[in-house]
Amino acid sequence: MVEFTLWDILRNLLLAARWTVVLSLIAFVGGGLVGLVLLLLRTLERPWLQRAIAAYVQLFQGTPLLMQLFLAYFGLALFGVETSSWFAASLALTLYTSAFLCEIWHGCVRAVPRGQWEAAQSLALGYMEQMRHVVLPQAMRLAVAPTVGFLVQVIKGTALASVIGFVELTKAGTMITNATFQPFLVYGCVALMYFTLCFPISHYSRVLESKLHVHRH
Amino acid sequence: MSTDTDPKGAAAVRIRGLRKSYGTNEVLKGIDLTVAPGEVIAIIGRSGSGKSTLLRCVNGLETFDHGELEVQGRPLVHGDAAAMRALRQQVGMIFQQFNLFPHLTVGRNVMLAPRLVKKESDAALERKARKLLDRVGLGEKFDAYPDQLSGGQQQRVAIARALAMDPGILLCDEITSALDPELVGEVLGVVESLAADGMTLLMVTHEMNFARKVSDRVIFMHQGKVHEMGPPESLFAAPQTPELKQFLASVA
Repeated sequence: MVEFTLWDILRNLLLAARWTVVLSLIAFVGGGLVGLVLLLLRTLERPWLQRAIAAYVQLFQGTPLLMQLFLAYFGLALFGVETSSWFAASLALTLYTSAFLCEIWHGCVRAVPRGQWEAAQSLALGYMEQMRHVVLPQAMRLAVAPTVGFLVQVIKGTALASVIGFVELTKAGTMITNATFQPFLVYGCVALMYFTLCFPISHYSRVLESKLHVHRH
Repeated sequence: MSTDTDPKGAAAVRIRGLRKSYGTNEVLKGIDLTVAPGEVIAIIGRSGSGKSTLLRCVNGLETFDHGELEVQGRPLVHGDAAAMRALRQQVGMIFQQFNLFPHLTVGRNVMLAPRLVKKESDAALERKARKLLDRVGLGEKFDAYPDQLSGGQQQRVAIARALAMDPGILLCDEITSALDPELVGEVLGVVESLAADGMTLLMVTHEMNFARKVSDRVIFMHQGKVHEMGPPESLFAAPQTPELKQFLASVA
């Protein structure tokens, strides 16, 4: 029987942790871009568009991420689309993140007083100028803390990609456990690595929150 | 002083048969009004009489259901972004709640719209902004943020910001109603100097003494209509309708 040292375990987990980070980044950048487009469309005064986007948001908020991953992985295959666990995980996490970020940011845009829009309008600014120079800078200030906080949810959410065969931190932990029969040690290390990724971010989000509340500019 | 028989094109604002409803509640029931260039109009009336709505129709912040509205001879068309942009450059507005942009300094508040809409050079923008802030007595506040100013100062910045677009017409929507009483004077002083300089002013106001002193014509609105209209001296001294009599008695 092969002996596994602690270093063997850690090294393999760290290698797998890279993919957790990459998948989180894909989810966040992709979800952020899609979420921003959805946000801009949602603030236009088009009732059918607003309803469609609200339905999209509800759909992704009201179903488990696990099901979304299954559907992306097996559903695409059902339609004859050749898919990989990479692609399916990226797609599902991007859509999931976009729905949540759209909702968070939409709330922040709506928190900007109506008078700000009206003042910008009465100064002859166009819609995109109102958004870019008046509303978004104020909404962004409100959005920083909840957005960074949500990033932590996404990082932990990538663990679910293990069920469709994506080898990230959690999947690697399971594989190593199967080889070493030391579940407590291995999963303990896995948990510690998630914590190492998430703690600085949630801490930073709290710092930002207090900072942005004290200084308004 | 204008009358409603001015030839087309001479008016700063021309309103014909303006109607607007919120659901089944008709708030403007056919307004006719012609404002001559340089004229100062005070609109008075109870809350809910439609006076703010009327004002907000003039620069397209509110849509209307029927009637026509022309600003300097050009009809207001909702949904035509280019025409609306051209119109709003001619019509400045000052709000009850100031609505300064809190994330920008006073100077940047004043310079934002001319920079984006008129594409003026940075040096020219800053010179003009400083001049306008001097004019409202706040030259030294160029780099301050709005929340560092008093209400009266904020409202004067808002006036400078509106003037930066060189509007021909200024709409004032109860601009002193949110101010502490001791700060009302400084804002009205600025408005009075604008009136003296020949700015066309449409103001919804509760300051009857100010309306009497500064305006060329006073409009009393009641239940969505222009109920009584005339020069301030006759309208205040000899109100013709019982509604205006009652209103004046209640605010006196």
